[in-house]
Amino acid sequence: MPTFVYMTRCDGCGHCVDICPSDIMHIDETYRRAFNLEPNMCWECYACVKSCPQNAIDVRGYADFAPLGHSVRVLREEKKATVSWKIRFRDGREKDFVSPIRTTAWGSIPSPGELDAPEAGALRNQELAHEPQSLHIEGGLPALSPGQLKRGAA
Amino acid sequence: MGLFTRRKTVSIDADILIIGGGMAGCGATYEARYWGRDLKIVCVEKANIERSGAVAQGLYAINCYMGMQWGENQPEDHVRYARNDLMGLVREDLGYDIARHVDGTVHKFEEWGLPIMRNPETGRYLREGKWQIMIHGESYKPIVAEAARKAATEVYNRIMVTHLLTDRTRPDRVAGAVGFNVRTGDFYVFRAKAVIVSAGGASHIFKPRAAGEGMGRTWYAPWSSASAYALPILVGAKMMQMENRIVLTRFKDGYGPVGAYFLHLKTYTQNAYGEDYEPKWFAVLRETIGDYVDKHPVPTCLRNHAFLEEVKAGRGPIRMVTKEAFQDPHKETVGWENFLGMTIGQAVVWASQNIDPKHTNPELTTSEPYVMGSHATCSGAWASGPSDYAPAEYQWGYNRMMTVEGLFGAGDTIGGTAHKFSSGSFTEGRIAAKAAVNYVLERKREQPQVSEAECNDLKKAIFKPLETYTVGRNEIVAGTVSPSYLLPLHGLQRLEKIMDEYVGGIGSHYTTNEPLLTRGLELLKMLKEDLELLGAENLHQLQRAWELQHRMLTSEAVTQHTLYREETRWPGYYYRADHPKLDDANWHCFTLSRYDRHSGSWQLEKAPVYHIVD
Repeated sequence: MPTFVYMTRCDGCGHCVDICPSDIMHIDETYRRAFNLEPNMCWECYACVKSCPQNAIDVRGYADFAPLGHSVRVLREEKKATVSWKIRFRDGREKDFVSPIRTTAWGSIPSPGELDAPEAGALRNQELAHEPQSLHIEGGLPALSPGQLKRGAA
Repeated sequence: MGLFTRRKTVSIDADILIIGGGMAGCGATYEARYWGRDLKIVCVEKANIERSGAVAQGLYAINCYMGMQWGENQPEDHVRYARNDLMGLVREDLGYDIARHVDGTVHKFEEWGLPIMRNPETGRYLREGKWQIMIHGESYKPIVAEAARKAATEVYNRIMVTHLLTDRTRPDRVAGAVGFNVRTGDFYVFRAKAVIVSAGGASHIFKPRAAGEGMGRTWYAPWSSASAYALPILVGAKMMQMENRIVLTRFKDGYGPVGAYFLHLKTYTQNAYGEDYEPKWFAVLRETIGDYVDKHPVPTCLRNHAFLEEVKAGRGPIRMVTKEAFQDPHKETVGWENFLGMTIGQAVVWASQNIDPKHTNPELTTSEPYVMGSHATCSGAWASGPSDYAPAEYQWGYNRMMTVEGLFGAGDTIGGTAHKFSSGSFTEGRIAAKAAVNYVLERKREQPQVSEAECNDLKKAIFKPLETYTVGRNEIVAGTVSPSYLLPLHGLQRLEKIMDEYVGGIGSHYTTNEPLLTRGLELLKMLKEDLELLGAENLHQLQRAWELQHRMLTSEAVTQHTLYREETRWPGYYYRADHPKLDDANWHCFTLSRYDRHSGSWQLEKAPVYHIVD
């Protein structure tokens, strides 16, 4: 249905509402718990599933082509910097996968505003921030000469 | 007394306004801060930049990396590749510009914490193919969003931008944007000295193969609602190559990617009877498109063409031969993690249908068409090129500035730069932002003026669907059928049906002609009139209503361009049956359009293609 929410696990915290790129996770006004209000605009991106502190959200494949009985579960652990998957086939076979998600501490990226200010005049050249060093090449930023371009047919 | 009159208006002034916080928007936000230390940089996003845009669910590869540090490729090589793949027509000046900067972007991603796989033998990034490197990219977007949040003065999430504003006295000068908060319903007016549109391309303008619950499992994200195009089109920016839609060959139903399968796992396709079907169709293609079929690699559209012809000949399904490769446990892991990293829905489909590629060769399909600017296609705005080498005809101002003053673009928004993908889109955002900082500072922070009357008119128009629904709903007992309004889903499904049947969707084997396109335009006109009667029950539907308006206008552009180009340039993407051949004598050029919002008319023209000397 993409995504759906288990009544007994959801505590209505709203993390899924806050993260859903498609704006389809909403809080039900009667039960004060989350639900998917527009399953046919769900991409199965799992952003809500990964964000749920109660593991209350799961996915049931799209009814038009996915037979029942499967599951693809995920556990994203920021502190461990891993994402773990368990795939269960309709016939019961299982597969497990674990991948790293980040090599640095969360929040560790410096603001470009805190870095040394670029030299006056650099604003007019073609180099972007951190260039040419960030290209890891000799000879600076590559460029064409205007004469290298020629007009095509028609 | 209309409902809009009680709405709060929030006014925000910015030096640089960035619309859309996906890859391109995050790149623009980062770079704008680097060069514009004391500027007010505002990024506005309809979802949450932590997980927004096409990279929301992650990626398993970065598809645009030169590897200049190891002498793997040079920017010129990438230009030749993109040109060949797009049958000769790309903005080579813009493409080169991205290619020369993109390695620096990728190196920053790695420094910020994105896990990029390494080849244990060489120590270099692990190549999936000539241009692709493999990553553990589940958190690609959160990492990039962190950099953007650090850089921005303010990030506004959950604000759907509906229109750009132009200067009160100069309609060719951008002055800001308006939209609404999808949570509070507040009306937002952003005034800005420069605007960068980095919104998403277009899914859901052609009818998708899955029309029920699975309609959300489009190849491109369902939230890519064509704002990339509609926003600039509405203020008269010239667009290019809007006919150049893309069709994807993908795993059936989930649209799981095939790149790693072809390039890294070395799997291959065959028809239902185990035959390699491509060579015979390529031989026939030579009659209609000449030696373009001999390019290496074979252009994406032509491989689609062979697939389509084989299926039409009754020898489907086409399958990916995975059984051999998947006996290798490493390759099996890569095959599955590839989906879990970027198209989880495909893993769901395979689990549900008991498809284990170690034992079953999975089916492939061709998708419905999409309009976007960063994959093997390059629809988008006509933009000024880099000042150090772009030809005079491609330079009228600042890099990535459109034909509207102060209006810049990046990512799906900018046309002509195929194969930029995630890293190239972020890079293009950086390029546009540096130019925008220059633009603002060189004008001594000149502040364009917005018209209060225009803002008030837009406010009425934006919230009108809520009022239309509230009033019309009282006429009927219950249900979705009303004589007074259309719901957003009704309008979307009509749009998709028109585009499918008249403009070359799956239902017509991607084929159209002048009479079909002309009739399609008549039906689109009526739909456009009917969209004045869109009804929205709540703010969520109001977002859907405006997404539909953006898709509508973009579809009109696609249809106009398809009508204008009288040839079949990209067989496998679409066919003009009345002009079945590629025609380099008359159409080795770009198509440009300009929309007049007052008359609703379109003007089309040709623009020259410049090639890098080989």
